[in-house]
Amino acid sequence: MSDEANKGPLSPLRRKLLMGMAAVPAITMLPRASFAQAPATSAVNTTGLAVTDTEVTVGILHSATGTMAISETGSIQAEKLAIEQINAAGGVLGRKIKFIQEDGASDWPTFAEKAKKLLVNDKVAAIMGCWTSASRKAVLPVVEQYNGMLYYPTFYEGLEQSKNVIYTGQEATQQILAGLNWIAKEKGAKSFFFIGSDYIWPRTSNKIARKHVENVLKGKVVGEEYYALGSTQFNSVINKIKLTKPDVIFTDVVGGSNVAFYKQLKAAGIDLSKQPLLTISVTEDEIDGIGGENIAGAYACMKYFQSLDNPNNKAFVSAFKKMWGEKTVIGDVTQAAYLGPWLWKLTVEKAGSFDVDKIAAASPGVEFKGAPEGYVRIHENHHLWSKTRVGRAKLDGQFELIYETADLVEPDPFPKGYQ
Amino acid sequence: MIINSRFFNRSELMGFIALAVVLFVILPLTLDVFRLNLVAKYLTYAFVAIGLVLCWGYGGILSLGQGVFFGLGGYCMAMFLKLEASSVENTKIQSTPGIPDFMDWNQITALPFFWQPFHSLTFTILAIILVPGLFALIIGTAMFKRRVGGTYFAIITQAVAAILTILIVGQQGYTGGINGMTDLRTLKGWDIRPDHAKIILYFVEVVLLFACIGIAQFIRLTKLGRILVAMREQEDRVRFSGYSVANFKIFAFCMAAVFAAIGGAMFALNVGFMSPSFVGIVPSIEMVIYTAVGGRMSIFGAIWGAILVNFAKTSLSESFPQLWLFGLGALFIAVVLAFPNGLSGLWADYVQPRIDRLFASRKAKAGWNGNSVADSAPAE
Repeated sequence: MSDEANKGPLSPLRRKLLMGMAAVPAITMLPRASFAQAPATSAVNTTGLAVTDTEVTVGILHSATGTMAISETGSIQAEKLAIEQINAAGGVLGRKIKFIQEDGASDWPTFAEKAKKLLVNDKVAAIMGCWTSASRKAVLPVVEQYNGMLYYPTFYEGLEQSKNVIYTGQEATQQILAGLNWIAKEKGAKSFFFIGSDYIWPRTSNKIARKHVENVLKGKVVGEEYYALGSTQFNSVINKIKLTKPDVIFTDVVGGSNVAFYKQLKAAGIDLSKQPLLTISVTEDEIDGIGGENIAGAYACMKYFQSLDNPNNKAFVSAFKKMWGEKTVIGDVTQAAYLGPWLWKLTVEKAGSFDVDKIAAASPGVEFKGAPEGYVRIHENHHLWSKTRVGRAKLDGQFELIYETADLVEPDPFPKGYQ
Repeated sequence: MIINSRFFNRSELMGFIALAVVLFVILPLTLDVFRLNLVAKYLTYAFVAIGLVLCWGYGGILSLGQGVFFGLGGYCMAMFLKLEASSVENTKIQSTPGIPDFMDWNQITALPFFWQPFHSLTFTILAIILVPGLFALIIGTAMFKRRVGGTYFAIITQAVAAILTILIVGQQGYTGGINGMTDLRTLKGWDIRPDHAKIILYFVEVVLLFACIGIAQFIRLTKLGRILVAMREQEDRVRFSGYSVANFKIFAFCMAAVFAAIGGAMFALNVGFMSPSFVGIVPSIEMVIYTAVGGRMSIFGAIWGAILVNFAKTSLSESFPQLWLFGLGALFIAVVLAFPNGLSGLWADYVQPRIDRLFASRKAKAGWNGNSVADSAPAE
């Protein structure tokens, strides 16, 4: 090499060039190895999505700022973890996943704007995102108009089904009915008192719960009260609970209101180890704020608890803590968000294409055996078959699994007889 | 009346032409439809800003509740669009087909009476102007006739914004609650969602914006505008001169409300969406901030403020999804500390004198006196 002969120090430029030249064989070898299984981009992407020979871009759309940031951060973390794990395992159709993160800022129109940006400008192959029903309702027309694919993680009210959305959380009947059946049988409960935050999810959930209590369990709803989002005064409803003495308090109070609600319950002398309370809105994330000592003894009904004892979940929890810190907790929605990228990868590989139409068509029947909650499968209606579980809150902020359905529960977003 | 003989003085004319060229030519030619639609969204706030220049900048009435009128206009439009989107065949999946989806979720089985007239587009357009106008008239009369002004007025408008948000969120069966009204589709059968519709709506909006600029400029130049300024500077002298201060204030406040409502209606059309998050305290204060950043004494300044602040909001949040709010906050603080008269003040202090000097040196031969502050001289 002539450079070494003239003994002068290598100029930075020349050094870069040399390093580049050294890297050339490596570059040409690496993709060749993956090209062996990676089909040509023109074949797997016929609609102009952001897919190259080595990369595919997806969007992450949650609130990183604003009131919902506390809840949605877990979902962002889970999705990033899933993407990292998928990339480490070779990516999707031989392509590494690259993500573009946008902030919905807890503001529903912003969600719509950012979803449009991801689909129209960035041409993302899929969006992992949304949390509240309101943000999903805002984004839904956008993903339908521009034919995107949204993986939505939160348990929600149902009454919705779209070709362009995969709902990885439970819809209302899936989450609620098994829990009510269990508590009616186990505690002999006949009278229920409903307390919820005042928006679409609690209202619809309680409507379903009321029909089930009255028509199936032959019980009675002795009270139904709603509080504005963010309310912190629950004294009057707690008095009513003391007067009506329901067998079960059934709650779907969301967000920060939970902290006030459970503290005031405790202060009013209602002991949750004697007075059964079934909540469908408190996960490990919320207990972080409420404090384990204020809610210990309450039952929660959902599909996932951090304490689930299976190998998938153990691996998931330790990977999550390794990436995001020992102190993080993992709630139901966080786990459902983790399913999003994996289900998308499995569907893309089943379809052999990134095209949204083909993914939508291939989704039903896709199974994910590595799910932390156990085995899940996508239903014809784009929701997931999943088990329903009841856990009891412990002092340390974790749930102890009390009951789980024997089989997967079928998702039924438009339940007959419950509307 | 020297002033009335010229609708715009030279610097205003330049501002007018610059804005027209940017909005009618440069932006449509350079931006793709997605970004153009975002500009259309920013411009809906420009309507509010024009109203605020009139009522705050000139009249000295600070309203922290412009979101109320923006929201009323927007909801009127959204109600019409939602009814059209809720035809029986579109909603056959519901237990009661033919009513908006959120009513069905809330177990309402018939369209409420106050929704019925919104089947008519003519009624809707009238309602967009009249509902906020009358509401402003009621608030204005109740406040100004009792000589409630200044800070107290600002606080009350803010309370009204909070009340209306609570009302909308609480009555979700009738209003869509916190979700708002989503999935608006067609206007008299014309699909508002595809790209070509977005472009047409953009131009309609820009034309409306210039119409509002014209009206605001006209008000400013008439005797009425001068009384507004006089009132801001020395309310008691105006009152002692025999003018009914309250009526002028009510007028300015109503005009600002109507402008905001037009912006709200255009918002619902352009974004296909209306939600209580544009009604409350935070958006109302943001609207005041756009105006302050642009310059509350200048119609064009305020419009630029609305466009630029929203543009900064979008681009900062796209680049720094976790930190952008800090950046935006810092920007506001910097603007208010460094240039209290906003961007237009900056322009008038630093840029305009240079341009004037340039012109002055050219026209010196023709004996033209390069004094550009004609509008600050009294008319009489």
